[in-house]
Amino acid sequence: MEQRIKFLQGNEACVEGALYAGLNFFAGYPITPSTEIAENLSARLPQQGGKFIQMEDEIASMCAIIGASLTGNKVMTATSGPGFSLKQEALGYAVMAEIPCVVVNVQRGGPSTGNPTHVSQGDVMQARWGRHGDQAIVVLTASNNQDVFGMTVEAFNIAETYRTPVVLLLDEAVGHMREKLVIPAAGDIPLVERLKTALKEGIDYHPYLPREDGRLPMSDFGGVHRYNVTGLFHDMWGFPSNNPGVVHGLLRHLVDKINNNANQMARYKEYYLDDADRILISYGSSARSALHVVENRRPRGERLGLLELQTIWPFPDHIVRDKCKDADSVIVVEMNMGQVMQMVKNAVDNPKKVFLANRIDGQLVTPTDIRNILRLIQGQGV
Amino acid sequence: MAVKDYIRERFFPHMWCPGCGHGIVLNSLLRAVERLGMSKNEIVMVSGIGCSSRISGYVDFHTLHTIHGRALAFATGVKLGQPELNIIVPMGDGDALSIGGNHFIHAARRNIDLTAIVMNNRIYGMTGGQYSPLSGYGTMATTAPYSNIDQDFDVVDLSIAAGAAFVARTTVYHAKQMADILMKAIIHEGFSVVEVMTQCPTYFGRKNRAGDAVDMMEHMKEITTPIGSKAKEKNPDLLERGIFVQKEIPEYCQEYERIIERAQADVS
Ligand SMILES: Cc1ncc(C[n+]2csc(CCOP(=O)(O)OP(=O)(O)O)c2C)c(N)n1
Ligand code: SF4
Repeated sequence: MEQRIKFLQGNEACVEGALYAGLNFFAGYPITPSTEIAENLSARLPQQGGKFIQMEDEIASMCAIIGASLTGNKVMTATSGPGFSLKQEALGYAVMAEIPCVVVNVQRGGPSTGNPTHVSQGDVMQARWGRHGDQAIVVLTASNNQDVFGMTVEAFNIAETYRTPVVLLLDEAVGHMREKLVIPAAGDIPLVERLKTALKEGIDYHPYLPREDGRLPMSDFGGVHRYNVTGLFHDMWGFPSNNPGVVHGLLRHLVDKINNNANQMARYKEYYLDDADRILISYGSSARSALHVVENRRPRGERLGLLELQTIWPFPDHIVRDKCKDADSVIVVEMNMGQVMQMVKNAVDNPKKVFLANRIDGQLVTPTDIRNILRLIQGQGV
Repeated sequence: MAVKDYIRERFFPHMWCPGCGHGIVLNSLLRAVERLGMSKNEIVMVSGIGCSSRISGYVDFHTLHTIHGRALAFATGVKLGQPELNIIVPMGDGDALSIGGNHFIHAARRNIDLTAIVMNNRIYGMTGGQYSPLSGYGTMATTAPYSNIDQDFDVVDLSIAAGAAFVARTTVYHAKQMADILMKAIIHEGFSVVEVMTQCPTYFGRKNRAGDAVDMMEHMKEITTPIGSKAKEKNPDLLERGIFVQKEIPEYCQEYERIIERAQADVS
């Protein structure tokens, strides 16, 4: 396929990215502001021989993609707020059973039914900790159509590489904004295909025994290796075990395989950081306003810079610490009550220099909001 | 292949209590599969959470032991993801019809080719004897110490109303009939429900003074009768056993193949 240029919504850019990455199974349930993803895929997937199913609810959608992943498909579901809450138990199952899958959450205002048609970034911590139990998970985000496309492809690649669910945390503004997208030619972005066992029939296959490099080759349901998959702690055959050594070893493995590879998974963009004395840190649609401020103030001689996070979890502490070490102040721009700000405070050498420029009223955080905070922390008033 | 070849001996002894009916379901199920001569590689067993759902650990198929109530939703993904596979979904009565009730009626309505086995012991075994939506009015349970005022479902009526293509009821007392029915359910193309009345002597039995496993099985014999029998005319309280529905209606995965053809005709 040649390179193509399209003008479309962020949600559609996500669809394009998923298809580019090889998505062939989607299960979902309608919810604003993510519904366009399901609608588009209901038309696009069967054209390519893929499968789309509208399930009875978000729980069922999450469960269905896990089942389909085990038969060798690249799978995704998409939802928002209340639907993301419903998916959590099955998402935890995917963590435990190490099932590659992608879960898109186009964030809207919460808690509860909240603000369905308005933007928010309130699910950062839920994406990280929404399920019971210790664990690690990968969460990616994006601020424009090109990056939505790229990070969607990235989400599938990481899911396959680490045998893990990946959450793509978009937001209403990004999902519904229309802008240009250049769809790269096939092959321009490398794709990670599922690592499958080379063991022949009759040779004992261990679905949960990591190779030396930490990866776990899979075998499709229906293939020659029959094994057990469970959400209970399990041994290398996938059979339930509460042996303390097995429990400890598995939990360590689940957390380490993500956290020890935080560097490889860290995606971010930086603007004017080299000499910046004040650094904005942002992500998703908020990062657009932050970039606007930076580009506006630079010509006036203000040494402002922007660090745009695209991997939120595992949180890139070392990158944040390193980039911010010479800054006088760090301002986190986000549409919640400081969920990423807390992480930035934990990461930097001096938490007192970290400030929050936020909005929690369902409106985009504007360049004016950011400028006001900048003036306040300089003691200039608004 | 001998029945023994369908189990994972490595994982025995099983976890069920002495006298639990779930082992009889395992036995009849394996006999049904054996008689069908199916390859183990073509079968996926998907179960939820409960004593009954632990059945998936013991069989040498592709096995997916999932979360409480959601087995049919996982199974729907497996089936649509790879329609060649035969999917068997054993569930407890709580698993299938309390927390999983919504998935149950929708899988039936959708008519996707899965074989659902409701292992109905009228109690929550795994969590220690709380009442289930199948316990019925007047029963005792650890959460109904003054007797249960919840009415129960009739699994057969519910399945028929939800549109299941194959609906049957049997009991662990009637192990041969169970194997027979399971065989037919597995080969039926569409959503099949088999209710198997089974016993939990440990909790239902003790709480309701129903005697030991043998007494409970004898009781199943006494309160059931083959569909259409004379006995039912005389005693309308008897529960019928046998196949209630066996109909050919469009199966979801086959219909989806038509959707793919239509979608591809549209683009070309
Ligand atoms: C979401 C959730 N809620 C509750 C439980 C606890 N739980 C485990 S099994 C079970 C019920 C088991 O009863 P049933 O499905 O009838 O199967 P049985 O054990 O009787 O075979 C419950 C409530 C759980 N594991 N997950
Ligand atoms: S508690 Fe009841 S259902 Fe569970 S194994 Fe024991 S007898 Fe069977």
